[in-house]
Amino acid sequence: MINKIKTAREAVAEIQDGASIMVGGFMATGTPEILIDALVEKGVKDLTIICNDAGVPGRGVGKLLTNGQIKTLIASHVGLNPEVAQRMNTSVPEDKLECILVPQGTLAERIRAAGAGLGGFLTPTGVGTIVAEGKQVINMDGKDYLLEKPLKADYAFLRGSVTDKFGNTTYNEATRNFNPLMATAAEHVIVGTCEIVETGEIDPNHVMTPGIFVDAIVGGEKPWQI
Amino acid sequence: MADIKVRIASRVAKELKDGDVVNLGIGLPTMVANYIPHGVDIVLQSENGFLGIGPAPEKGKEDVDLVNAGAQYVTVKTGASFFDSATSFGIIRGGHVDATVLGSLEVDRHGNLANWIVPGKMVPGMGGAMDLVSGAEKVFIAMQDTTKGVHKILDECTLAYTAITVVDMLDPEMGVMEITPEGLVLKELHPEFTLDDIKAATGCELIISPDLKPMEEE
Repeated sequence: MINKIKTAREAVAEIQDGASIMVGGFMATGTPEILIDALVEKGVKDLTIICNDAGVPGRGVGKLLTNGQIKTLIASHVGLNPEVAQRMNTSVPEDKLECILVPQGTLAERIRAAGAGLGGFLTPTGVGTIVAEGKQVINMDGKDYLLEKPLKADYAFLRGSVTDKFGNTTYNEATRNFNPLMATAAEHVIVGTCEIVETGEIDPNHVMTPGIFVDAIVGGEKPWQI
Repeated sequence: MADIKVRIASRVAKELKDGDVVNLGIGLPTMVANYIPHGVDIVLQSENGFLGIGPAPEKGKEDVDLVNAGAQYVTVKTGASFFDSATSFGIIRGGHVDATVLGSLEVDRHGNLANWIVPGKMVPGMGGAMDLVSGAEKVFIAMQDTTKGVHKILDECTLAYTAITVVDMLDPEMGVMEITPEGLVLKELHPEFTLDDIKAATGCELIISPDLKPMEEE
């Protein structure tokens, strides 16, 4: 069996400037801090980060933002991290953050569609709003929908609660959010997990992300300290 | 001010039925959970991935893996379930949420809603609001009639839409209004106000229901 267990530094070693990375988590609950920290240490720039939100300063993708590593952020809500506005409005062109806002359900479904091999989907969300600008409107059985396209990335950073050595992963409570979707939609998937167990120790009935999706496993993720 | 918010929240709470799946927005809408009538059990959804939100935990007993969509620590009730974000928004868009309660910047008589972009301010993002109002069976807007004397209930929204023709009922402090094909209909009037008061606080034509009732208090 391939050994997928790596240190955080090894797991992010191949990531280059300009890479696109999906990061699980909702306001950083369910974000693998151990992988974010390794990426901050590596210092790669011009990243496209796909995440529900901008985290908070000092937590989650907020750390990447503070360190000036994000060029484009694709998210549904960024208002709770005041650094986003600062970085969007900076007068230094090369530091300017581009922020692409996507309705949360559409973001989730675009990621799911990419992982499921779909060419897109029709959603009523955003019809008649600025979200519809530049998108095809399709009338199906008398109702208007927007055609939304799949969203992929080079890497996905997941935050597992328990992961076995094959990569089978569970997510505790509200840490699940975007993690299992992102597991399916990136070329290279890294799990930062709280506990690594022998393969077979997780009841197959309880596996949330099948191990085939996981390329690298990094242990040592800790519960957030309030 | 506090009693006006209580008035709005408690009146919206009366619209919820036993067994309803409900998603409450941040702020005033969250207060609705405190005024659910006796004998009515609702299931609260948190769009970050669970059904069955319970009360806030005691200080020191927070579970760091369990936050609501406002990133506050919460608990879950017996019978709760967790799921991923695609399932969560499938529940929302698929019509499995019976009611959502949201605040708003503007609402117009066509049921159009504008609650996510304030001119001149940073755009925080729509989060799950666009999906919620497009998918929920009933959309209740819990807000005050006016802000600093400026109308919020209009002929046409002036701000960027969150969604079009989605609002079912408006519960500002002066009364209860329904969006109908004919326009905005006043169903209940709070005893503290006259018809002239509420007409003056409303920025569009207000049709008075022939069955107009006094707004129910606690």
